[in-house]
Amino acid sequence: MRPLAIALPTAPRAAFGKLVHNEARLAWRQPAGLIAGVGVALLLLIIFGVVPHLQESSAQLGGLSAFEVYVPILIAFVIGVLALSYLPGPLVSYREQGILRRLSITPVPPSWLLGAQLAVQACLMLATVGLLLIVSTGFFGLSAPKNLAGLALAVVVSIAAMFGIGLVIAAAARTSGAARGLMAVAFYPLMFFAGLYVPVQVLPSALRGISHYTPLGATVRAIQYSMFQGFPPAAPLLVLAAYAVAFGLLARRFFRWE
Amino acid sequence: MDLQTCAADGRLDVKARQLPLRGTPAAAPLNKPATPVSASRPTQACSRPAVEISHLRKTYRGLIAVDGVSFAVAEGEIFGILGPNGAGKTTTVECTVGLRAPDTGTIRLLGLDPQADKDEIHKIVGVQLQESSFPAKLRVAEIIEEFRSFYRQPADVTELVEALGLAGKRKDYYRSLSGGQRQRLSVVLALIGAPKIAVLDEMTTGLDPQARRDTWQLIEKLRDRGVTIMLVTHFMEEAERLCDRVALIDAGRLVALDTPAGLTARARGGKRVRFLPSAPFDDRLLAGLPEVTEIERDGRHVVVTGTGELVNAVLFALAASGVTAHGVQLDSSTLEDAFVRLTGKHLTEKGERS
Repeated sequence: MRPLAIALPTAPRAAFGKLVHNEARLAWRQPAGLIAGVGVALLLLIIFGVVPHLQESSAQLGGLSAFEVYVPILIAFVIGVLALSYLPGPLVSYREQGILRRLSITPVPPSWLLGAQLAVQACLMLATVGLLLIVSTGFFGLSAPKNLAGLALAVVVSIAAMFGIGLVIAAAARTSGAARGLMAVAFYPLMFFAGLYVPVQVLPSALRGISHYTPLGATVRAIQYSMFQGFPPAAPLLVLAAYAVAFGLLARRFFRWE
Repeated sequence: MDLQTCAADGRLDVKARQLPLRGTPAAAPLNKPATPVSASRPTQACSRPAVEISHLRKTYRGLIAVDGVSFAVAEGEIFGILGPNGAGKTTTVECTVGLRAPDTGTIRLLGLDPQADKDEIHKIVGVQLQESSFPAKLRVAEIIEEFRSFYRQPADVTELVEALGLAGKRKDYYRSLSGGQRQRLSVVLALIGAPKIAVLDEMTTGLDPQARRDTWQLIEKLRDRGVTIMLVTHFMEEAERLCDRVALIDAGRLVALDTPAGLTARARGGKRVRFLPSAPFDDRLLAGLPEVTEIERDGRHVVVTGTGELVNAVLFALAASGVTAHGVQLDSSTLEDAFVRLTGKHLTEKGERS
């Protein structure tokens, strides 16, 4: 009986598909995340797009227009909101409700549910980033990204880094309320350094230096570079990869299934 | 306590309970197809146990939850675990299914160690936990489909869903289910993998009497198919009707392990007779009898407690003084009495009994 069991995966692979399907249903039926992340980013993009003088290039912003500066920032915003809030939220409540515990006594390990969550959130992020790019190039005259591969890579490592941080929040928070608190504590400073409130270009150089080493600051830098110049420099990509590895390991070390 | 309306019924009852039917509870001897079932069921002696627990001990921060519990459950047996709140029942269950690691002691399920052989255990053991819930915004059918996909050879969903009365609820969101419906869904999910061993922690708590009886029927059907069932309950009626054997657990220890009938017989140390005397009489008339230990007056009724041939002795003494006893009632012991006798505690609040 045992050698056979070792040869087979623990549970049928179709189970992962069912988990993803149900997580996607839940994301759709509880659209707060969709509205807060996707809706707000799209709304801001449209507002920036229709105000004429935000389309004028500015020497202060390094020759880019305010609109061009904000597209990468809004992409970072979407990744940040979904990873920090709509990833830890469900995981913590699943743990609170004993859903992860219940799964741990089925052939499906609870890590599959986490995997399904990550898959659904990643799809949502990629779709939203694509939507933001299509709307800004199609309707508001943004030029096509200079280096699409570099952009895709930047988005992927950024998602990995922010997932790491989101999972550490899920590991640290015992209750859904605590997860929301930690999310707010992490989100607003990270968005500040991403330039949501004031573009990084106009920050004092000390703060700009810090920004380069924050995950969303590095995200904006890498995305901006690949959109307007070419393949992004190694620094922001490595910063993001380092966050992904470090926080991924922390989450792995401290995440509790019950 | 059940008060039998006449002494004769009481005696019949005793006989029924002592039939060697592997613990078939006398409460329902007629509506239970005991013969073919018991013939096909393996007995403990000739097969390895489905569940074997020896010297299980588990403490939480110095508090002893389970203190050296040992028992074995035969394949195809319905094994009950009874005990008051905090006795260690749930801890025993959680250790059995591998949710918690015992401090000391060993547990084997069909020869497998729940800690070392988790993958195998999860395929053959279905569990219903006391506290479990599911995402509010998933529909019943979606949750069931998800869990069904976890198993390579799942059970017949339609049959399970109908047996547990959830057929009309498939499209409902989990959050709109009543407590009883949630409970029944959690039983469906415990059985959906067609487990060889089902561990059910208070499966009928919160169910209405009809749903409870339907669930019992389902459990009996599963047992007839050879499924081993470990049942934590605090409903006496449930234990008496379903269980082949019952373990009484109190303060982390195994107090008694016997068939429901055997436990009930142990409790029958004392007897009690209640009657309405045709005329007033002096208590001393009965107090002098060797069989009598106590005499109480309950309005116009008299309740006599004692041992041995209590009823005959009392009726004879009364008749000798020209007093007739009307409406004689003999108390028959129940599992509840056994429990009280063995642990000194009541299992449940009175109101909680169905």
